[in-house]
Amino acid sequence: MRREPARGLVQHLPVIFPGLMLTVFFIVPFGTMVAVSFFRRQQGGFYVPDFVLANYARFLTPFFGNVLVFSLYLAIAVAVVSLIIAVPFTYLIARSRRVTQVIWLVALLSILSLSEVIIGFAWSTLLSRTAGITNLLVRVGLMDAPKALVPGFGAVLTGMVYQAMPYAVLVLYPSMVRLDPTLTEAARTLGASPLKAFFTVVLPALRTTLIATLIMAFIFALGSYLLPQILGRPSHWTLSVLITDQALYQSNMPFAAAMAVFLVLVSLALVSLTMFASKKLEA
Amino acid sequence: MPKTVAARQKGTKEMTKITDLSISRRALLAAGATGAAVLAMPNVLRAQDRSLKVGAYGGYFKDSFDKNVFPEFTTATGIAVESVAEPTGEAWLVQLQQAANAGQAPADVSMISQTSMLKGQATELWAPLDAAKIKNLDALIPAFVNKYPDGRIAGIGAVAWYVTLVSNTDVYKEAPTSWAYLWDASNADKLGLMALVSNSFLLEVTAKTFFGGTNALDTEEGILKAFVKLAELKGNVRLWYRDEAQFEQALKSGEIPMGQYYHDVTGLAIADGFPVRSTFPKEGGILDSGCWALSKASKKVEEAHLFIDFMSQPSIQALVTRKVGTAPTVKRSLTDLTDAEFAAASSEIDPIIPRYDMQVEKADWLNEKWTELIVG
Repeated sequence: MRREPARGLVQHLPVIFPGLMLTVFFIVPFGTMVAVSFFRRQQGGFYVPDFVLANYARFLTPFFGNVLVFSLYLAIAVAVVSLIIAVPFTYLIARSRRVTQVIWLVALLSILSLSEVIIGFAWSTLLSRTAGITNLLVRVGLMDAPKALVPGFGAVLTGMVYQAMPYAVLVLYPSMVRLDPTLTEAARTLGASPLKAFFTVVLPALRTTLIATLIMAFIFALGSYLLPQILGRPSHWTLSVLITDQALYQSNMPFAAAMAVFLVLVSLALVSLTMFASKKLEA
Repeated sequence: MPKTVAARQKGTKEMTKITDLSISRRALLAAGATGAAVLAMPNVLRAQDRSLKVGAYGGYFKDSFDKNVFPEFTTATGIAVESVAEPTGEAWLVQLQQAANAGQAPADVSMISQTSMLKGQATELWAPLDAAKIKNLDALIPAFVNKYPDGRIAGIGAVAWYVTLVSNTDVYKEAPTSWAYLWDASNADKLGLMALVSNSFLLEVTAKTFFGGTNALDTEEGILKAFVKLAELKGNVRLWYRDEAQFEQALKSGEIPMGQYYHDVTGLAIADGFPVRSTFPKEGGILDSGCWALSKASKKVEEAHLFIDFMSQPSIQALVTRKVGTAPTVKRSLTDLTDAEFAAASSEIDPIIPRYDMQVEKADWLNEKWTELIVG
């Protein structure tokens, strides 16, 4: 079926509403942020309209460079780990009975109803020395003494993967369910082991979805500012934590805005690079 | 003080509730006015009309004041208090400033932190208070009268609170005696300290403990020396907290057995039977405070003076100390607080008073050095 391009106001009407929403709730706030990032900061919590580059200049130091690199590294790690866990998990769900599918999906969706604060506190208790899971390991004789696993990089990664997982599964699930089962059957008939069929047939068929999931988990992790604070040491604080500090505690909106704009630009660049690379791969 | 995320969220919720309430109250007053006009009883109306919007930190503070202190004021003066939950940090200052520019006052009188007082002074946000109308001015400890550089009064001490050296009694059988103990090698990875230079006041603690006093922070060299000393502490710190609840819970369980925390809240934890203690080190506890300040946009100048004067009475300060757990801002000798009641909220040891001037003037520089110190 060929679609005719929309003509006239009436036919364009359906897109005007989302367009308007996008303008009001995305373009205007984002534009404000970009504008504020060039404003002049006045010590004492206020700022005046101006066009200065000082906010960006202040950001271009090895210190903030390191924080940015760490934030990207953490986000990539979260995205990759989430994907590694979510893919086989979703694959298994997609091939199970309807009832089982529903139960798992409802359980996963319920994670989304938890606030970040609750997730953070729950993991910090679970990984603590006094009440954490290491006490169980001591009980069953696997460890000599309970040990604190928080704060640390592992704790931050665990908490953030826990938070990103449901999203990853929800993005993967529709494609996994719709995947033609005859593809794997054909591979099996031709002599491939189930594992080989999974890696050589299922995964390549889902490449676009996998990349979409990866990008979504990455963006999602990049914005996280609460879990790195609750579960990490200062060296695990992401750029988002420092942005929050500037915006909320230092009332330095121009500097916070400049950092945020920079973060958006870097993540856009990374996402485009990934998409470009995957297009190249396909061609 | 309840400055947690939860408290702040609760505060916002309460604020919405109060806005709703004030609308219905206004509607009610309007209805009352019509009725009164018909009945020709203007005197009654005038008495009801007098009200004052007072901002207090949302959560524990506002709740305690609503329950124990504001009703006393209404009984004594007939002026109704509409309390407004204000967010902590500088958000409230910014809101007050923007509203004042538009000629509005979201609250007439607000509880304002010392750094916000100084920042508000820079833009003349605080209406100068008339000393003649505050009869209890002499009762106040001089440090709690906040003045403009030219001597006009910008704010009057509302509450004061201590941040002290706290420890878990199961882990530390003996109470520590000095802030210097934080640096002790045996405390590796055991401490919980506040994450911001502007609320931990650790530069001031370092200066008083090792460099003879907070005057050591007069020059940038002095501040840098304090930073170097603080850097030695880093290995002992397990948690740099922004959220109080996080540290409080870890302190109670012994997960993080020592650190700096609010004296009053620690007192509540002790009363609940948790194995914790709060110690005033020999260098003194950190004494922070909030002022009552009047927005320049407020039209309730008369009521505001009555309110501030009322709150500065020794008997009311004693009431606040008993009910809210904060330290009095008037001289102790004027109050009827017993030794035990006073000790529960305060100490005779010369306190560490934060260098608010430094915190405001060098805010960005300090913040940058501080972040590099703890993150780097």
